[in-house]
Amino acid sequence: MSDWEPKIVCFFCNWCTYGAADLAGVGRMEHPANTRVIRLPCSGRVSPKFILAALREGADGVWVSGCHPGDCHYIEGNYYARRKFALMKDLLEHMGMDPGRVQFSWISSAESTKYVDVAKKVIESIKELGPNTFFNKTQAKVA
Amino acid sequence: MLGYIDKIREISKGLLKDGKVDMIVGFRKGTAPLMNEPCRIVRADDTEHLVWDSNCGINLANYLANRKEKIGIVAKGCDSRNIVTHIIENKIKRDQLVIIGVPCKGMVDKFKLNRMADGEILEASEDEQSVTIKGEGFEKTVKKADVLQENCAVCTHRNPVIHDVMAADPVEEQKDIDPYAGVKAVEAMSTEEKRNYFDELTSACIRCYACRNACPLCYCPTCFVDESAPQWLGKTLDHVDTQTFHFLRAYHCAGRCTDCGACERACPMEIKVREFTKKLNKDCLELYGWEAGLTLEQRPPLDTFKLDDRENFIM
Repeated sequence: MSDWEPKIVCFFCNWCTYGAADLAGVGRMEHPANTRVIRLPCSGRVSPKFILAALREGADGVWVSGCHPGDCHYIEGNYYARRKFALMKDLLEHMGMDPGRVQFSWISSAESTKYVDVAKKVIESIKELGPNTFFNKTQAKVA
Repeated sequence: MLGYIDKIREISKGLLKDGKVDMIVGFRKGTAPLMNEPCRIVRADDTEHLVWDSNCGINLANYLANRKEKIGIVAKGCDSRNIVTHIIENKIKRDQLVIIGVPCKGMVDKFKLNRMADGEILEASEDEQSVTIKGEGFEKTVKKADVLQENCAVCTHRNPVIHDVMAADPVEEQKDIDPYAGVKAVEAMSTEEKRNYFDELTSACIRCYACRNACPLCYCPTCFVDESAPQWLGKTLDHVDTQTFHFLRAYHCAGRCTDCGACERACPMEIKVREFTKKLNKDCLELYGWEAGLTLEQRPPLDTFKLDDRENFIM
């Protein structure tokens, strides 16, 4: 498994982190290519179902990022998201998920450097944790 | 607690006779011992079928969602908190309800009694302090306090929080108990131990969804377990699917669960499904100072926010 690279599913808010990632690209900034980005209208759109589905289908980590509190395009979406994430992360870790498997950040659309820094940190920490076995459905899918 | 029934019948009869309600939702004697069943009474003469003892653990608020009639409902502490939750969530209107409040000293756990019995329990009787179970060749009397449902043993809201009439004087609330002792024990475990603990906990699950059906909070027209496009949850007994179900079921009750124990009582495999909801209840209390179903004035925690909510886990 020496050449193992983590797959990280990223749920980014259209109005901030997604723009920051775009800006980082335009600015020719680099980070390891372990992220798979899914664009959402708001971090408030993220449901625990999404995160569990990502892990189940083989993601090694999940990274959710939205606008700084007070900057939400929909005024208060990320405030609700913050409460949801707190309860969700606590319960996941209560059930035995490695802390750090699911990560959260606030990154505005102008913060391309923060985006690259956080991306590197997220990728690095999930690499350290190794392949995910928690909520990962390895058996043949019966639908 | 056993003496309440005359008063409950009298109040119910009055309400039906005066036409103040279209039906009474309460309990009648079940066909098996220790299993009172929920019932709907529409005629004043039938109110004599109503019963009240320590086998009324089912949460009657479950039968209120989306009803249009005027309903008189027999409500113990936890039922009343779920009624409050229903009113907050617009599942029923306050003026549709006449709530017959019943102070509660806890319901007995039929699983515990079954384990104590030397065979099938064919008959059960009780007085204020003890329960007697009888079967072929055995008879046992045990203290009620020893066979209470686990949620009842740590209950701190025995008296109805909302009511129109009371069937008896309020009972004394339990003090000096830690409702979250079990959660704290799990929190103290290592990640590996936690994972094993929950794997073991749900390993017997047959995914019958009885816990969901018994829960008054679960009234979605289409439950996430039944959704097929997208399918959030595999239909197999794979433990990932089972864990996902238990996680999401509990999460849907976040900030709404009153710890009435209906889920655990309904589980045919005796899985302690409250282990999941208790953690969320503890978090809601610690992070947002919220206990579900105590007031009509406040919005539930996931429907509101504060500017200084905890965010030390967000980069």
